[in-house]
Amino acid sequence: MRQLGEAQLEDIALGAGVLGAGGGGDPYIGKLLAREAIRANGSISVVELDEVDDDALVIPTAMMGAPTVMVEKLPSGDEVVRAFEQLQYHLGRRAACTMSIEIGGLNSVIPLCLAARLSLPVVDADLMGRAFPELQMCIPGLYGIGTSPMAIADDKGNSSIIDGVDNLWTERLARSHTIDMGCAALVALYPMTGAQLRDCTVPGSLQTAERLGRLIRETRVRHDDPIDAIEMALGGRRLFAGKVLDVNRRTERGFARAEVVLDGLGDDVGAQLRLHTQNEHLVAQRGDEVLASVPDLIIVLDSESGQPITTEELRYGFRVTVLVAPCDPRWRTDAGLELVGPRYFGYDFDYRAAAAG
Amino acid sequence: MIEASIRIGIDVGGTNTDAVLMDGDTVLAEVKRPTTADVTSGIVSGLGALLEATGVRPAEIAAVMIGTTHFTNAVVEARRLLPVAIVRLGLPATAALPPLTDWPARLREAVGGQVFMCHGGHEFDGRPISPLDRDELRRVGAEIAARGLRTLAVSSVFSPVNDEFEREAAQIICEEAPGLAVSLSAEVGRLGLLERENATIINAGLAELAVQITGAFRDALATSGISSPVYLSQNDGTLMSAEYVERYPVATFASGPTNSMRGAAMLSGESDCAVVDIGGTTADIGILSQGFPREAKTIIEIAGVRTNFRMPDVLALGIGGGSHVTPGGDPLVGPESVGYALTERGLVFGGDTLTASDLAVAAGRALIGDPALVAGLSRELVDAALASIERRIAEAVDRMKVSAQPLPVVVVGGGSVLLGDSLTGASRLVRPEHFAVANAIGASIAQVGGEVDHMVSVGPGLSREHALERAREQACERAVDAGAARDSVRVVDVEELALAYVPGNAVRIKVKAIGELAIRRRVGAATG
Repeated sequence: MRQLGEAQLEDIALGAGVLGAGGGGDPYIGKLLAREAIRANGSISVVELDEVDDDALVIPTAMMGAPTVMVEKLPSGDEVVRAFEQLQYHLGRRAACTMSIEIGGLNSVIPLCLAARLSLPVVDADLMGRAFPELQMCIPGLYGIGTSPMAIADDKGNSSIIDGVDNLWTERLARSHTIDMGCAALVALYPMTGAQLRDCTVPGSLQTAERLGRLIRETRVRHDDPIDAIEMALGGRRLFAGKVLDVNRRTERGFARAEVVLDGLGDDVGAQLRLHTQNEHLVAQRGDEVLASVPDLIIVLDSESGQPITTEELRYGFRVTVLVAPCDPRWRTDAGLELVGPRYFGYDFDYRAAAAG
Repeated sequence: MIEASIRIGIDVGGTNTDAVLMDGDTVLAEVKRPTTADVTSGIVSGLGALLEATGVRPAEIAAVMIGTTHFTNAVVEARRLLPVAIVRLGLPATAALPPLTDWPARLREAVGGQVFMCHGGHEFDGRPISPLDRDELRRVGAEIAARGLRTLAVSSVFSPVNDEFEREAAQIICEEAPGLAVSLSAEVGRLGLLERENATIINAGLAELAVQITGAFRDALATSGISSPVYLSQNDGTLMSAEYVERYPVATFASGPTNSMRGAAMLSGESDCAVVDIGGTTADIGILSQGFPREAKTIIEIAGVRTNFRMPDVLALGIGGGSHVTPGGDPLVGPESVGYALTERGLVFGGDTLTASDLAVAAGRALIGDPALVAGLSRELVDAALASIERRIAEAVDRMKVSAQPLPVVVVGGGSVLLGDSLTGASRLVRPEHFAVANAIGASIAQVGGEVDHMVSVGPGLSREHALERAREQACERAVDAGAARDSVRVVDVEELALAYVPGNAVRIKVKAIGELAIRRRVGAATG
């Protein structure tokens, strides 16, 4: 067990931006929420997977909805506690820990708010190893573990239990609840035992995020190249360095999609890279050749500062470096690709591993 | 509207007050005076010199435009700020992060009068989060009155979409606490509650200073016999009336770099260009598109407080006339600088420090100080260091550009002698005259704007085209409200952003309209 305080929180939020692969929402609001909770209640205990008892109940927590709404309608702070307690009540059991479902972006730090408020340990693991847009896109699903029963709560005091027949139904029902609740809700979901956790989560995600954040911060101070450091830390590979030439945004089937064209600089002068995004970066393409695709992480960084750039921030003129980093190996199985591979997102090609993993 | 072309542009900086008398695009006279503690006498002295130099009579002046850093400086120094009654409407939402979260302690103490979290606010689709509680607001008003607070900041969740709660709450509170200065967040900022609220609180803290400073401007004009209207420049390069500034002084923040860029562009006759302003310590680089600076897209911190103002996108490089030069195979220029001590410490002035200006003199690009004092510098060093400066500035300009097309580059500022006659990636290099008063000239360019930034749900009830049309009309109407001549208003920027995870095809629409200032020639000028 180790303690997590304000300093580590800063690094985690920065590193989580990298792991968001363009999506997952800006962790700023989540970081403030967790920081205020730590200031009021003291530091948070973090436990490793092997420190959780086999039969202990663990309830992950997350924010669901639009990050753009959450920066305007800030949470009351009670939502996450209410969702968590409702699910405990429904299950008739107390949970020993909480954890993140999604280490990329905002949801890396949401469970920390709950952990500080309830003096509850948080497990150093997550269910994706990155960010994805829908609830069923979690590794436990590959092991037959359900999203539900789940609890959802809003700022006004409403809450609800959802018990879907499968994970797609749960996502669908939770999505319509979220909309009614004002497009920002807090959820408690994927209840699991300690034994289940060890098999079907991505271990050490908080440490990964913290290490990435610390690397960026320290290499900046030393005037070294933070991008090299990120590439090494994630076992990734540089795909392209260039300047944003064009960002074409459109709404398609209810999703905000964009196609980004980068014009090469340095070694890539004369070449162009196309990024296809839907919340996260999904595909990187040079001419007709697909260089990388989901579920691998396509990460866009400011070429100078190494700061991760979200899909919504991308604008003409940005100088960026694109990295690809390997996803959790379970996403590369047939079942994993069915859930989050390029075909699920509407692309007519099969996934090919782009980076050593 | 008429051809009343004689205007005065004034830039009131922390150190100097610059003023220009303009006839159309022509500079008739320029003056530089030290800024005085009372503000007024420095301006009066500048105005007197302008009128005397040109023989223009006060009655001939159609308008006076002022750019000022007063309000920014007051916030940076946390001085002359009022304690603010801060009211947020949104409970039970937003309780986790009350107003002033993440503020530096010094500024929080300066403006943090009292925080009131109240019911109200809207959802993204316009439903109320909770109804306005009038009794609650009356109690808040009574407490504000009892505490003797004189200025009020009101923010409400999603007020850029619907500002009715902010207006109603302010009215109820003012009935209990008459005479309060009121700042509404919907008038100040965009979506992003904390950042918009921060800007609103800063604005409220400036309420009395705003009245004093605009009063000082009016006094200075009256003393000089000028009775034409006064406008102030805002950070996007458009003008606002002095009355508007009294209520919304934050709109002047960062108008300095904007005016400098617009002034440089006007002097050079370029409207789409890069502007490089090289001072003693830094080179500031910005991009003008259709005569207006490109906006920074990121969150802007002011004195350590996050805000989401419109701000010009400026890249600062540590290269200026006073930059230290460290000889070597690849000579290093900056970021350390002797700053305004250049005339004591630079080699050409008999000092002991090799500066970038010494290089310019040795290369024959500038004639300042005594060139004999740098005659002994190695030619290789001078060439290599100047080449390094040019390369870094060219790279920075390229970084700021939005396309690979070569762009005209306008160079201004005392350090502009560091550059030669051309620059890689520039279609041409322009060095306009009068660049020392580019700020004041930029202030005198008479355009006013209106902006809309809100979220709408498009669907059966409201088509996308209709929503866009309505936003365009609103932006134009706001430009007219701000003083634009109706027939000159045009929409210059439309941005439509679909929001991730928001249903019902919610889109964020941003529209900006610009028009010519409606200056009416006064009787005195017409008959005089």
